[in-house]
Amino acid sequence: MADVLAIVEQREGKLRGISNEVVSAAARIAAGMGGACHALLLGPSGMAGEAAGLGRYGAEKIRAAEAEALSVYHPEGYSRVVAEVAREGGYAVVVFPASAQGKDLAPRVAALLDVPLASDVTGLEVEGGSLVAFRPVFSGKAFATVAFSASPALVSLRPNAFQPRESPAAGIVESFVPSGLDPASWKVRVREFRASGGGSRDVAEASVVVTGGRGMKGPENWGLLEALRDALGDDAALGASRAVVDAGWRPHGEQVGQTGKTVAPKLYFALGISGAIQHLAGMRTSQTIVAVNKDPDAPIFQVADYGIVGDLFEVLPRLAEEVRKLRAGD
Amino acid sequence: MRIVVCIKRTPDSETRIRLAETGTSIDPNGVKFIISPYDEFAVEAALQLKEARGSGEVILLSLGGPETSETLRQGLAMGADRAILLRGDPGMDGLAAAKALAGEIRGLEPSLVLFGMKGADMDQQQVGPMTATLLDLPCVTAVSAFDAGEGALTCHREVEGGVELLEVGFPAVLTITKGKYEPRYASLKGIMAAKKKPLEEREAQGVEARLLVRKLSYPPERPAGRIVGKGPDAAAELVRLLREEAKVL
Ligand SMILES: Cc1cc2nc3c(=O)[nH]c(=O)nc-3n(C[C@H](O)[C@H](O)[C@H](O)COP(=O)(O)OP(=O)(O)OC[C@H]3O[C@@H](n4cnc5c(N)ncnc54)[C@H](O)[C@@H]3O)c2cc1C
Ligand SMILES: Nc1ncnc2c1ncn2[C@@H]1O[C@H](COP(=O)(O)O)[C@@H](O)[C@H]1O
Repeated sequence: MADVLAIVEQREGKLRGISNEVVSAAARIAAGMGGACHALLLGPSGMAGEAAGLGRYGAEKIRAAEAEALSVYHPEGYSRVVAEVAREGGYAVVVFPASAQGKDLAPRVAALLDVPLASDVTGLEVEGGSLVAFRPVFSGKAFATVAFSASPALVSLRPNAFQPRESPAAGIVESFVPSGLDPASWKVRVREFRASGGGSRDVAEASVVVTGGRGMKGPENWGLLEALRDALGDDAALGASRAVVDAGWRPHGEQVGQTGKTVAPKLYFALGISGAIQHLAGMRTSQTIVAVNKDPDAPIFQVADYGIVGDLFEVLPRLAEEVRKLRAGD
Repeated sequence: MRIVVCIKRTPDSETRIRLAETGTSIDPNGVKFIISPYDEFAVEAALQLKEARGSGEVILLSLGGPETSETLRQGLAMGADRAILLRGDPGMDGLAAAKALAGEIRGLEPSLVLFGMKGADMDQQQVGPMTATLLDLPCVTAVSAFDAGEGALTCHREVEGGVELLEVGFPAVLTITKGKYEPRYASLKGIMAAKKKPLEEREAQGVEARLLVRKLSYPPERPAGRIVGKGPDAAAELVRLLREEAKVL
């Protein structure tokens, strides 16, 4: 058996976009191994229908674990259900998204199954019937090629590193109620959620990131970045350099870099950012990098694909306007 | 209260990484090694908790080569009470590391175990929750601040759009991210004192890597970028290039 299980994600009853990336990659691996791709969704009852569309990306079977206790992510409930499905299905590979949730979940499942995990991978291949993963190490200063000597092989995929690809499969939905879920025994309790001023799109998962640095001068100028983000559409998020976070202008959740989040979006804007090595550590694997800086010698221009030398306060409004114009024409 | 902090020796972020001739590891020559930055936040958090309580013990635990004793001394100089070095090399296999750490932690019976959110070398972000799972202890990851009450901990966790407050009883495992805990510098007095603090050292048992590094390589070269222009008038051309050449808009 060489079937592959893709763990997909919902939030508030809606399937998250990253699920398509995970299923597409899992389907490609399954084809290389001569097995089938299955998807597993955990959520409240009635959730299964949301996942039906995953057949389009190559899921032969979609298993939906439905229970009220699984409505929102809880590490103890989720890890047990995923481990059980992985074990019973005898999968050769289990693929997680390296989303905020996936980063918390995958290591626990690995420990329950007693198999190693390659986190945050950016490439997957099948060589001689076995899985080989590629992942950045040393903050992207090197890449490792890794193999597994245990089964199932567990991997989590860096958001945006794998493109969703259509390859229609049966997509048969099977929902089930996992047994033995006992939320009363779970040891971590969620007490409260405090909404912050930050954006609602996680910078680590967005496909477009608009990052402001100290060159933005102060938090009062973030409206300029928000205007650009809004022009770029729903999948754009705001980021910040450490200088900005340390100054208290933006929450740490938006920090990109070695002591912040690692991002690899399709399009990254570095605005008023000098390009310190610790900042590069968090964004150098982005597909296309744009920098705007008034200093033509700023190191950020060495990694940027496109640069504009100029004053942000003049360039940003025009940039937002041009993006708006372009998208209005679509 | 006994607090165990797991710390890892990693290259300084400023360091240039050169690959060793074997092709499966880095060349350590000329590399400055430090306590992994997130682990320093964890050490700081432990010290602050001990200070706030006025009593307790902070134990540093690391799995690594013999040179790791130097890294542990750095943590002792910050103010930790004692250190344990398990000699062994799990390579990239976080679960192999977690097993060795869990075996040691079990015997120490701590109230709290702190990890960094991720190691600055392998960037795996997994050893903390794996260790907790092996020990069957509750675990909250990516904690930016926590308050320790009598019987429970309240953890702040930054998530999309806000902060989540989670509660967990003792004993517990937390992984610490950047937030409230700005690491202190070791004072000269601290450095002197560290030399006399207990540092136990022994072989780790049964460390077997099953996630195998076949090869390390340098990242693909980014094609040379270009300056599209100067000032706001370059914006239109930039947007055109993003659509027509890079195809990302
Ligand atoms: C252990 C460690 C971890 C770190 N982790 C991180 C991390 O996770 N993330 C991170 O970002 N940093 C990190 N740093 C800090 C990093 O070294 C830099 O200090 C930081 O990235 C600088 O932020 P910046 O680029 O916003 O500010 P600066 O370096 O001050 O750059 C500001 C830039 O804005 C430009 N500018 C100014 N005004 C204008 C204008 N009007 N128009 C256009 N351009 C303008 C300037 O030319 C300059 O290039 C870390 C450092 C250490 C030691
Ligand atoms: N060899 C090790 N010795 C001690 N602690 C470790 C070791 N490896 C990882 N850790 C801890 O686990 C955290 C996460 O590491 P990683 O999963 O490699 O990103 C680190 O920040 C450390 O706190």
